[in-house]
Amino acid sequence: MNVSELLNIVNGKLLVPDADLTRDIKGGCGADLMSDVLASIQQPEGVLVTGLCNPQVVRTAAMADMAAIVLVRGKTPPNETISLAEKEGLPLITTPFGMFEICGKLHQAGLPSLEKPVPVDKCSCD
Amino acid sequence: MMETNYKQPPKKVDRVVENITPAEELSYELRIEEVMSRDIRTLFPDIKMQDVVEFFRTNRISGAPVVTRQGELVGVISMEDLIRALRVYNLDAPVSQFMSTRLITVAGKEPVVEALKKFVSMNVGRLPVVDETGKLIGILTKGDITRGLLRALQRDYQAEEVRRYRARHLFEDIESDRTSLILRYTIQSNDFTRGGAASSNIKRALLRLGANPQIARRVGIAVYEAEMNLIIHTTHGGEIRVEIEPHQISIDATDDGPGIKDVDLAMKPGYSTATEEIRELGFGAGMGLVNISRCVDSMKLESTVGKGSRLRLKIFLKQDETVGEGYPANREN
Repeated sequence: MNVSELLNIVNGKLLVPDADLTRDIKGGCGADLMSDVLASIQQPEGVLVTGLCNPQVVRTAAMADMAAIVLVRGKTPPNETISLAEKEGLPLITTPFGMFEICGKLHQAGLPSLEKPVPVDKCSCD
Repeated sequence: MMETNYKQPPKKVDRVVENITPAEELSYELRIEEVMSRDIRTLFPDIKMQDVVEFFRTNRISGAPVVTRQGELVGVISMEDLIRALRVYNLDAPVSQFMSTRLITVAGKEPVVEALKKFVSMNVGRLPVVDETGKLIGILTKGDITRGLLRALQRDYQAEEVRRYRARHLFEDIESDRTSLILRYTIQSNDFTRGGAASSNIKRALLRLGANPQIARRVGIAVYEAEMNLIIHTTHGGEIRVEIEPHQISIDATDDGPGIKDVDLAMKPGYSTATEEIRELGFGAGMGLVNISRCVDSMKLESTVGKGSRLRLKIFLKQDETVGEGYPANREN
């Protein structure tokens, strides 16, 4: 799947006009906690689906070598976020759908999850 | 002259200007005299059109400037003018009768883009190039511009290649018992807008030095978490110091307070002292230190309440992952 196809699937709007739409997307990751993204991501070049809009989203995606960012629930991020995405050359997309729906749509379209599960014995929910 | 204005393209004026291609940018930077042909074949105005045929054929050209014996440019004669003379069977006429006297010239000091504009608007095949005094110094065709731009692009590309090569081989020719490159960054407390700027620069520096992307990503993530910790938790911010050596990368994040009460507890996944406000920013999940330890080969955290904390990280590089191409020959792996 490339960025252009991703835009179609999520019915999204591209917020960074010069983004490379041919860029390949190898999988996905959905989270609002940026540390979770950094902790769970196991491969580069995925799409980050998030409800968070601050510049840290772009920093996190750039640090993890991700290929695109989708902001759910029609959010318009602050200008700092958009200009950082431009600087990092990351396609930033906003979609009217919610997190569950977007992850479902992308998974259904064949996009694998790039999230690494936490080993059962290391589960920290106690 | 307007010269200085042309030296650089007017950057950041609007989107269109920002998005110009390297070739377009070069057409602003390159001067006409750098790409024009200096080997000018000129004709005198009193030469017969008959002789122009032979002149074009032997010189393999299709046009030439017409210059008086005093060196003054008076016109341009082209194949088209020759055809006009042929049609009226008047090859005995002098060049001055058929030449184009509509003198469209360009100045040698002008940028190439000015010539491009004239080629488009005036519909001419060649432009005589003159100096400040109006003296003919060269001739310019679209082919000269293409060749000049290609040459300049090639030159820029080679210069960039050399810079990249030098960065990748930074340590190669430097002899010492232990060579390293140290990068220091001051991190402000609560500075969320710039949060991640230091780690982003470190990651870029490592890639520039030839580190493989996976190593750069590991260092980037570890430093990013450390940087966010300084922003979120410290009283006065702190410093990140990255020491790059051919065989290892050492990261030191220090601050002067408030210090961590229970270091073991802080290391536990999910444990966090972050406020609700920080959590809304997507941080404070209690995974920062856990993430860091996952990315590095060695991690030491020391902290004294009231004094501050020091986080020391190391990433060891295998021979084939070395940065700056200066891997010690005698190092065992």
